[in-house]
Parts: sequence; structure tokens; C-alpha cells
Amino acid sequence: MIEMRDVHKAFGINRVLRGVTLTIPRGESMVIIGGSGTGKSVALKCILGLIRPDTGQILLDGEDVARAERDAFLARFGMLFQGGALFDSLTVWQNVAFRLLRGRLKRPKAQAREIAIEKLRRVGLTPETADLFPAELSGGMQKRVGLARAIAAAPEIIFFDEPTTGLDPIMAGVINELIREIVVEMGATAMTITHDMSSVRAIADKVAMLHNGKIRWTGPVAEMDDSGDPYLTQFITGSAQGPIEAVR
Amino acid sequence: MTFVLAPFAAVGRSTLAMLATIGSVAIYCALTLNHLLRPPFYFREFLSALLAIGYFSLPVVGLTMVFTGGALALQIYAGGARFNAESVVPQIVAIGIVRELGPVLTGLMVAGRVSASIAAEIGTMKVTEQIDALVTLSTNPLKYLTIPRVLAATLVVPLLAAVGDIIGVLGGYLVSTSRLGFTPAVYLTNTWDFLEAADMVSSLAKAAVFGFIVALMGCYHGMNSGRGAQGVGRATTNAVVSSSILILASNYLLTELFF
Repeated sequence: MIEMRDVHKAFGINRVLRGVTLTIPRGESMVIIGGSGTGKSVALKCILGLIRPDTGQILLDGEDVARAERDAFLARFGMLFQGGALFDSLTVWQNVAFRLLRGRLKRPKAQAREIAIEKLRRVGLTPETADLFPAELSGGMQKRVGLARAIAAAPEIIFFDEPTTGLDPIMAGVINELIREIVVEMGATAMTITHDMSSVRAIADKVAMLHNGKIRWTGPVAEMDDSGDPYLTQFITGSAQGPIEAVR
Repeated sequence: MTFVLAPFAAVGRSTLAMLATIGSVAIYCALTLNHLLRPPFYFREFLSALLAIGYFSLPVVGLTMVFTGGALALQIYAGGARFNAESVVPQIVAIGIVRELGPVLTGLMVAGRVSASIAAEIGTMKVTEQIDALVTLSTNPLKYLTIPRVLAATLVVPLLAAVGDIIGVLGGYLVSTSRLGFTPAVYLTNTWDFLEAADMVSSLAKAAVFGFIVALMGCYHGMNSGRGAQGVGRATTNAVVSSSILILASNYLLTELFF
């Protein structure tokens, strides 16, 4: 279970998070929505420890993230980055097996490669792609490789940062479906940040809307459409008129 | 009132910014030294850094040194002729190249070639979130990216400088024997007899420091790169400029030390 308690974070005079409180129960898929620049990525990076919050607490299974042993802590996470963030000096399989080739999860090369190929197959890529370099792949394929890397070491918690950005609608649908399947199959806790409503409907158990550095609304995905919250309704319908200013 | 204070505020701001940069470079340097010989050690990265920094810099360093040695011989001959001391060419070329020009020019050429490429590579990795990805994959970017490069540069730049020294002396030899009428055997004997072990040691020690500076500056500016293409471009420029200046400054201090 992940808990954020009154988390604040400012960059200079720009107060990005202004008291975020959010709980993600174990095994659930939480999707955080919100416009660009509302602090979704910052919230996610705070949980991962890539950014240190100014005040507030982040707990993982009751333990303070700031005090946890880094390696053991990070070993529980997998993350799919917005642009894939694949290492372009390494081949596809070496990217997928990155964690398995070094550090505490290190295993023989042949075995790591086998696992990588198996994970690539899971995300719909053929073994032939294993020896290509990331630059040789299309955007959709890079996302798949990123997904394979995120799940390679069987993490308990998986983060997805804008998983469908830059993909065509059909490919976005495929990736959404894959994410849903994999999260259910692994029984993992998932946290996704996105502004793509089709992703929300495909991936989420629960939805939280971040606006102005605070959680504006949170609840099950089924209740999202009849929430009665004007901010959420405007976001879902994509209307230019409403309480959220169109120019930010 | 603010109108009067504005220039002072500007000076203060840039002074503070400069001090902040010096502080953060010093911290980065201390962290690097602290982790330099501690596991985990990424051997593959180390080998590829050796290749990129050492082997692929050989042509640049060789060409620089052969021309410099040749020009130095001509200048010393011309200068020496003013007080009938043309015969000192081999000795002065040897001392000039080995003690000073060999390590410094090697350092500067490597600064241009290597610190720029390190800063651009790591800067791009930062902009495309690859550094964040490393962290989430339980890998310390300092250990995975910085340490192998710094260690490789510190070890391999002295070798480059040694090769550069030899090629520089060779440049002087070629010009002296073909254009200035020196006898090959005498030129070589004079060079060899004149040089002391301390000259070579100071050359190599300087080069090791320069190698450390070049890789450290490349990594530091890459890791602190701003966003986008412009950020990476600025990081690259800063890496080259700061490593060149630090090389020249530390060269003076080291010369003072060895002298």
C-alpha cells in the first residue's frame, strides 16, 4: 500500500504540490489524471525518491520511504517512462534484462537473455527484436520494450508515466490492454499518470484527479462520470468552458 | 534607489552563482573520489570508456604533437641563433615537449574531444529520462556513468601523453634533421642524455590530473544539463570551457609543485 500524506513540493516560487494526500491499496490500479503541469509527474517522482518532497510523508506498507534502504526499496518497483527512456547504447534484450545483469538480482547472461526474450514475447515482440538497438524501433515498439523492462524483475508496484503519449489510437489501445492484462496477471499495485481518458477507462480501478497541486476528486472509475464535480466533468468531456482555465 | 543598487545586485548575483557552482563541483568531485574504488564496479563501461577516451584520441593527439614538435624546433633554432646556441635544439625540444607541451596539449585536445562527448551523451540521457530510469533500476548513475569514465580517463590520458611526448620529440627530430642540418644520431643521443626520469614523471602525473579533470567536467555538466537541445548544447560548451581552464590553471600549480 502506498500512502502520500500532505506532500508539498515547490521549485523556486512555483508551488507544484500543495498538500497531496492519496492512498493506493495493494493490488489496485490507480490512475491519476490532470492537465499538463499540474504536478502528476512530480508526485510520482516523489514516491520513487527521484525528487525529495519539501514537507509531508510518503509511506510504503507503513514504512517511511525517506528512511527505507534504497536498493531494497527500488527493487520492488518497475517503471514505464513517458519516452521509454531506453538506454540507446544497449540492445533491446540488454535493456529488458538490465536489472538481471547487475546488482543484487544478477544471474548468468544466458538466463537473463532467456527471461528478456520471454518478457518481450509477453508484450508482443518477436525474439528477433532482442538484438536490435532502441533507435531501430518504432515508437510503439519502444513503449513495449519499456513495458517489458518494467516487468522484467517481477516488481510488486509498477508506475506508468503517460503510457500512450505519442502513439496512434490503435497502438494506444493495444498498450492499454497490455498494461491491464499484465497488472492483473502479476497482481501488482499500479499507479498510472495520464491525461488520455481512454487509458483511464481501460486501466483504472480507481481514479484521482490532481488540480492545482491537490487531489481534487478520487473514487472508483465507475463513479467518475456522475461525480458531479465540475472540474472532473470538464476534464472528462474535454470542454474549453468550465472552472479549469484553458490557458495555463 | 533600486536603480542605484542594480549593478551591485547584478555583481552579487553572479558572484553567488559562481560560488554555488564551485561548491557543487567540489561536492561532485568529493563524491566521485569517495566512490572511485568501491564496488560495484562496471567493467564493461570502463573498457568502452578506455577505448573511447584513449584509443580513439590517438590520431588527434599524434597530429597535434608532431606539428607542435616541428614548430618548436624551428622556433628554438631561430631564437638560439641570436646568441649562437643553435645546438640546444634537441634539449629544449625535449624539455619543452615532455615537461609542458606534451601533457598540456594532450589534455586540451582530450578536453575538446572527450569532455564534449561525455557531456553530450550524459546530458541527452538526462533529458530523455534515462538517468531517472537508471535510478529506478537500482543503479547509481554516479557509479554506472561517472566512475568508469573518470577512472578510465585518469589511467589512459598519461599513456596518451607519453605517446604524445614521443611523437612531439619525433616531430622536432624530423624537422631538425631534414631542415636544420642536425645529425640524426647526435640529435637522439642529446635528447636521451638530457632527459631525466623526473621530467617523465611530471609529464605523466600532470596528464593523470588532466584526465581526471576532463572526465569529471564532462560528467558533471552532463548530469546538470538543462532541458532540451539547448540545455545539452550549453552543457557541452561548459564542459569544454571549464575543463580547458582547469587544465591550464592546474598545470601552473603542478609545475610550481614539481619545479
